Amino acid sequence: MKLLTLNFLTCARKACKTSAASFPLHPREAELEQVELDMNPQFIRNVLPRVEWEAMRSISQELGLPSLPDTAPGPEELADAEGGPTQILKDLHTLLMETTIASGKLLCANCGHEYAIKEGIANFLLPSHLV
Amino acid sequence: MAMLPTPLTSHVSYDQVYEPAEDSYLLLDTLSSGTETAFLRAHFSGHPSVPLVLEVGTGSGVVLAFITAHAEHVLGRSDVVTLGTDLNIFACGAASVTVVDAVEATQSMPSSEAREDTIPKPGSGVFLDTLKMDLASSCRPNIVDILIFNPPYVPTEHLPTAHTEESSTQTTFDRDSHLLSFSYAGGTDGMEVTNRLLSQLPSILSPDRGVAYVLLCAQNRPEEVKSRIREWEGGWCAETVGGSGKKAGWEKLSIIRIWKGV
Repeated sequence: MKLLTLNFLTCARKACKTSAASFPLHPREAELEQVELDMNPQFIRNVLPRVEWEAMRSISQELGLPSLPDTAPGPEELADAEGGPTQILKDLHTLLMETTIASGKLLCANCGHEYAIKEGIANFLLPSHLV
Repeated sequence: MAMLPTPLTSHVSYDQVYEPAEDSYLLLDTLSSGTETAFLRAHFSGHPSVPLVLEVGTGSGVVLAFITAHAEHVLGRSDVVTLGTDLNIFACGAASVTVVDAVEATQSMPSSEAREDTIPKPGSGVFLDTLKMDLASSCRPNIVDILIFNPPYVPTEHLPTAHTEESSTQTTFDRDSHLLSFSYAGGTDGMEVTNRLLSQLPSILSPDRGVAYVLLCAQNRPEEVKSRIREWEGGWCAETVGGSGKKAGWEKLSIIRIWKGV
């Protein structure tokens, strides 16, 4: 599961949706895997406005990855003078698209429920007593 | 218009995962039809933020693979992000392979074949993941721009219940039949799962530009479904935008587009 995917997910429990603590889900005991992917600079530029930067910073920190700057880089930091991709853009591609969680858990800080990730697929089905 | 290639699903085990059928192909035809590509291109152009596509209940992944691989043709842009969900773990695994393969096949199409007049532009979107999930239950509220749902629409007496843990006493055959039943068994009027999804749509779709495509069969009473949606608060529209198997004026299968009018 790609780290960017975590940007779009929260706890499956209805009661957690309104709580700010249910986002982001926190990776635990995560086994990371780097999967090489072609870079799409236009995609990275245009997806950034949708990325909850604070959340991505904390995820990256919790996973022990290189720390992200305090604020999301602006368009001028993503393209060099010739319009090519900057190192910042390449690093974002590596973090968001190529860094995947092969196995581990995702913890909701609101209710404490943990969702398992196995073979790269996260399981968000709730046990019946939590639905 | 030239046909867009259909994603290959020969790696999928149909003992465990719904095999692409008439309903799946109707979704492909509808999404790539002139009227829908015109609607979607107009709807999603001119806004820099990337659209998020979610297919609920991907099965083999043939539909998600199609819209991801042909994002530029269908949506008019390739900076599109796509996700899939399914209750069936085998479907999650298979769909992911289907999408990745379809994108690769589209991207490696020789440029001589990619002439604009014969085969549409090969710009593909960006696929993220398939997740084992009930409908869109773990998606953050109001973030999905395009939702696609080919639901279990066959009227049945009961709905299968999801097990969170596999029972060890179950035979493989029982387990597989149980998994497959999720792909077709729709309960009363075949609408129990679809109604649950529809009731959640206003909190799933993005408020300004969210669009959903939902497949219905004649027994689901599509005209009544559309009337109910039009009564939702906030000015919702519902139109039939695709159909197949016309019998005495009734479509056997139809696809409705649901979106908020301006």
